[in-house]
Amino acid sequence: MCDTCGCNVTPGNRHLAYKPVNGGTSAVSVLKKLLAHNDDQAAHNRAHFDTRSILTINLMSSPGSGKTALLEATIDALRDEFRLAVIEGDLETENDAARIRARGVPAYQITTGSACHLDAHMVHEALHHLDLSAVDILFVENVGNLVCPASFDLGQHRNVTLLSVTEGDDKPAKYPVMFRAADAVVLSKIDLLPVLDDFDPARAEQCLRQLASTVPLLPLSARKGQGMTAWYDWLRSELAAQRARVSAGQTVKPYIQPDGARLHAEVG
Amino acid sequence: MHELSVCQALVNQVVEIAQQNSAHTVRVITLHIGPLSGVEPALLVSAFPLAAAGTVAASAQLVIEPQPLRVHCQTCGADTEATPNRLLCGICGDYHTQLLSGDELLLANLELIT
Repeated sequence: MCDTCGCNVTPGNRHLAYKPVNGGTSAVSVLKKLLAHNDDQAAHNRAHFDTRSILTINLMSSPGSGKTALLEATIDALRDEFRLAVIEGDLETENDAARIRARGVPAYQITTGSACHLDAHMVHEALHHLDLSAVDILFVENVGNLVCPASFDLGQHRNVTLLSVTEGDDKPAKYPVMFRAADAVVLSKIDLLPVLDDFDPARAEQCLRQLASTVPLLPLSARKGQGMTAWYDWLRSELAAQRARVSAGQTVKPYIQPDGARLHAEVG
Repeated sequence: MHELSVCQALVNQVVEIAQQNSAHTVRVITLHIGPLSGVEPALLVSAFPLAAAGTVAASAQLVIEPQPLRVHCQTCGADTEATPNRLLCGICGDYHTQLLSGDELLLANLELIT
């Protein structure tokens, strides 16, 4: 699956144990993450980013919740402050990459065909089409989908999940795997709240907290410029944190209850 | 339907381990899958024959051991059962909890014929 990073030799091999069952049959106990190959490639991608002090953010949401609009507004506001780049993921078309390039920011479009998510190998391939030496923040706009993208580490440092107010306020309860994976949740299109009598932001937050999530909830409207300061401040603080980590020789994966993962004694 | 991608990754790992152990056939593959892994066991089972066709795992039985969803409360210290969209402490109801188990996506065991 991945020939570039030497992942054929895995830590899982150390845990091979033989238990004879009967003649000619043996049981091998492994305890290995099913997506170990993807995770190895993701770690390789993350090393690329850390070498260049780049903060990489993976944007996930339903189709049409305003990921590209959020990026357009962010580019307009921060292009003089930071060097930005975008990797776009869609099943077909260059449309989103064209929208980003029209704002003067480099963008590479991954078209997945029929695949419902980006994986670490697709992102690695995309990295070869971008000049990473001139980037402070790299956004990866994942395929619009609240299910599959949550399962694949791409090498990003942070996950941001968008929930637009034109969707149901119980989306975090319906898609717990996705919303648990978020390091920040953006409540988008809040300028429409006055005409939507069935979306309660407090209920959306309650559904999020019931997933044991303590992450920031950022209500905003990219089109109308409401609530954007908190989003920009979050990006600034995350970039500062990334630079501090790089100086200290550390890296970080998206926050998915790391203690829980440790308690599983997972290998990989 | 990312279960096919997961199955392809699974078969790659299984084939690798079978080769390392000089096995010609894989008889049983045991997985640990939690409800918060993002993978649906039934879809994994239906995708498996497609991914395994033509490999040493083609005739293998896929056994999925579901894992319980349990959380540890940082406020009162209790360990309790939870549900995928309600990860609150079962004793005090607080949301400052850590997952103890339930997001596993692990290859646990292989039975090989050598």
